Amino acid sequence: MSEIASRLQHHFADEEQQYDAATFGMWVFLVTEIMFFGGLLMTYVVYRTTFPQVFAEASHHLNIYLGTFNTIVLIGSSLTMAMAVHSARLNHRNALAGYLVLTMILGSVFLGVKSYEYAHKWHEGLFPGNFFYDGPDAVHQRLFFSVYFALTGLHAAHMIIGIGIMAVMLRMTLKNSFDENWYTPVELTGLYWHFVDLVWIFLFPLLYLIERHG
Amino acid sequence: MPKHSYNPQAAVRAYLTVFSCLMGFTALTVAAAFVDLGPMNNVVAMAIAVTKAVLVAMIFMHLRGGSPLNVLWISSGIFGFMIMLAFPLLDLLSRNILGIPGK
Amino acid sequence: MQTSERKKPNYLNAEHTVASWLLTVDHKRIAILYLVSITLMFFIGGLMAGAIRTELLTPAGDLMSSDTYDKAFTLHGIVMVFFFLIPSIPATLGNFLVPLMIGAKDLAFPRLNLLSWYVYIVGATIGIVATVTGGLDTGWTLYTPYSTAYATTNVVLPAIGIFITGFSSILTGLNFIVTIHKMRAPGLTWFRLPLFIWAHYATSIVMVLATPVIAITVLMVVLDRGFGLGIFDPKAGGDPVLFQHLFWFYSHPAVYIMILPAMGVISEVIPCFSKKRIFGYNFIAASSLSIAVIGFFVWGHHLFTTPQSMYAAMAFSIISFAVAVPSAVKTFNWAATMYKGSITFEAPMIYAFGFMGLFLVGGLTGLFLGALGLDLHVHDTYFVVAHFHYIMVGGAIMAYMAGLHFWWPKITGKMYPEGPAKAAALIIFVGFNLTFFPQFLAGYAGMPRRYHYYPPEFQIFNVLSTAGASILGFGYLLPLCYLLWSLRHGREAGPNPWGATGLEWMIDSPPPPHNFDTTPVVNWEPYDYPAAHRDAAKDAVPEAASV
Repeated sequence: MSEIASRLQHHFADEEQQYDAATFGMWVFLVTEIMFFGGLLMTYVVYRTTFPQVFAEASHHLNIYLGTFNTIVLIGSSLTMAMAVHSARLNHRNALAGYLVLTMILGSVFLGVKSYEYAHKWHEGLFPGNFFYDGPDAVHQRLFFSVYFALTGLHAAHMIIGIGIMAVMLRMTLKNSFDENWYTPVELTGLYWHFVDLVWIFLFPLLYLIERHG
Repeated sequence: MPKHSYNPQAAVRAYLTVFSCLMGFTALTVAAAFVDLGPMNNVVAMAIAVTKAVLVAMIFMHLRGGSPLNVLWISSGIFGFMIMLAFPLLDLLSRNILGIPGK
Repeated sequence: MQTSERKKPNYLNAEHTVASWLLTVDHKRIAILYLVSITLMFFIGGLMAGAIRTELLTPAGDLMSSDTYDKAFTLHGIVMVFFFLIPSIPATLGNFLVPLMIGAKDLAFPRLNLLSWYVYIVGATIGIVATVTGGLDTGWTLYTPYSTAYATTNVVLPAIGIFITGFSSILTGLNFIVTIHKMRAPGLTWFRLPLFIWAHYATSIVMVLATPVIAITVLMVVLDRGFGLGIFDPKAGGDPVLFQHLFWFYSHPAVYIMILPAMGVISEVIPCFSKKRIFGYNFIAASSLSIAVIGFFVWGHHLFTTPQSMYAAMAFSIISFAVAVPSAVKTFNWAATMYKGSITFEAPMIYAFGFMGLFLVGGLTGLFLGALGLDLHVHDTYFVVAHFHYIMVGGAIMAYMAGLHFWWPKITGKMYPEGPAKAAALIIFVGFNLTFFPQFLAGYAGMPRRYHYYPPEFQIFNVLSTAGASILGFGYLLPLCYLLWSLRHGREAGPNPWGATGLEWMIDSPPPPHNFDTTPVVNWEPYDYPAAHRDAAKDAVPEAASV
């Protein structure tokens, strides 16, 4: 009991207030993330509306198999993250550590595939700083790849941060920092990771799946 | 700490159900992309993405059963994004509509 | 009373080491850290304003080269907007007062609060160092494609500075929102909150929803410049107007980040010095929220001279007119609060009067600029410059000064000297009008902004304006002197020198480290003025103690 009391910061009345404040704060933070990605997504929508045909053609340079594979990997990591929070809630320490490791592995697989895709685009000359593609309407195709790299790069940066946070969570788990009464950091990490998954759920059809028929 | 009761079996079942739904929707959205539906392709892709997002938010992120305040704020974020999208699109789609440059 | 108060530790004398300041998580100490840093920024920005005004004394460019002039006004704009005005009231007075006014012991996330100050310092330092060493000549608006493709000056570093400072603003807003929702004292319902809190809640909405957009926008500018993304470069198929949409999606609501807390300050000062309950509490509270919301729909009025479509421009114009309604609601309610009140003219009240007059002029000329036809005539002239200085300097800074004087006894425990303070308030008011009113005339006659040289017929306006600027600059130096003087020589203030209502006045000045010894229970309505006035004459802490 004394251990629990020490986790209550002086300015909160009780633990419920502290927990509510933390989760609500995380949701407000996710709102700022919506607007952060929103600025780029708006850029995407404006250019796709302006150059629909070019964007469709440019999108066919992306590898749909790798994109689908990555989608599955990331949704899987969301499941393992949900299970991690679940284990924390039941105070199953080993399961929590295991699911955290699994989530980190799946996240790294995603990033590995992504970097392979990036390297491939570099060799094809479809990288904004290294652009020598000379197919039809190359100028506007380049615009697609600018937006593609900005969006996926920002998403990847969020994943790297997420994996870093999970490493901290893993360390705290192994040091027995959490119990069924206090696992707020794991819960917040979960919210963040699911949000990163949510962003990809939109990026995948927007970037990879434009008019694949035809 | 959340004081309300928590049913571990039901929670795991819900997570697994949502995961299989997400997998199903991923297959569906890839398949739909290869069918020519005209402008409906976008609508279908976005409808599936929104459904997936709602599932993740409601179940994985515990938006359901959490504080209504979280729903309120996340909706305000989506609303803010919609405003940001709506006006530039209004601008873009009605530019030069009279055939006079700049009108 | 006096001796027992001296023995009790307050937040200022509880600890003395430098580390106890730099690593503090006390919202009151963080407010002081912000106060010192933004004051420094204000005088850096003011120095640049002085340079600009001196240069414009004559039509020829005889003080500095055109390049230097461009860098001077850019530095002035960036410092004043991003490093002074945005954090001014929220990060100092807001940080200090939000927990006190709602009966909380601190903000919800004290460490995040300290982090936001460090983020601000890092961002501001990068911004200042970059603009001073390399210089930046794009103007604070960073318009593309000039900033992305053509400018030879230092764009990337100041942009990174703005990006980082944005996160400080986001963290402050996030902290306020969670605090106001979750940390209110028992009995303190939403409609018992001081209007200062409503104003800060509305401000936080804007901070949280709009600031990430400027972050991603300047990030795109940096990527565009660094990696040739071409997102905003017409040569690469990009659309510069899209940049303006993104930029003003933040930067117009940013004006409300500056003015909403200012309105919150005025809503506290006016009832106190009219000794009267505020008129139309619900309407003032609701108008804060509606200004925050409608403020997101009006950014296109900055784009009337771009290829933005006519229909978008019409929509933006109409909604811009609509945002004047909640602002007017507030102004009328303040006037009605003073009606038949027992008004006294202490320095905060003089600043508040200044605010109302100048905000009125600034707001009404805003309608001129929101009108599609007239805007084409005065776009990018000194008319615009005068308009937004009436809002930002005449509105936001006047209210900031009002608030600083009003809560100075609470923050420091000392009274400022009333005579010099009244004199400074009047000097600032006169100096301000002399500086900026001639700019309306110059702008309407066609003098464009940001020009180094100008035709001789505009010289009379510029001479008047520069004369006013010297008076204004002197006016701003006065408070710096007498407020610092009062720290040592000011008379002891006591808990409630103004006989004001509000929880912050029921504790000692300066407040103890954890604000409230016991969490107060609120069972009274806000701005209960005649009653509070009577009680303050006898003793502070009237009804709260009996609960």
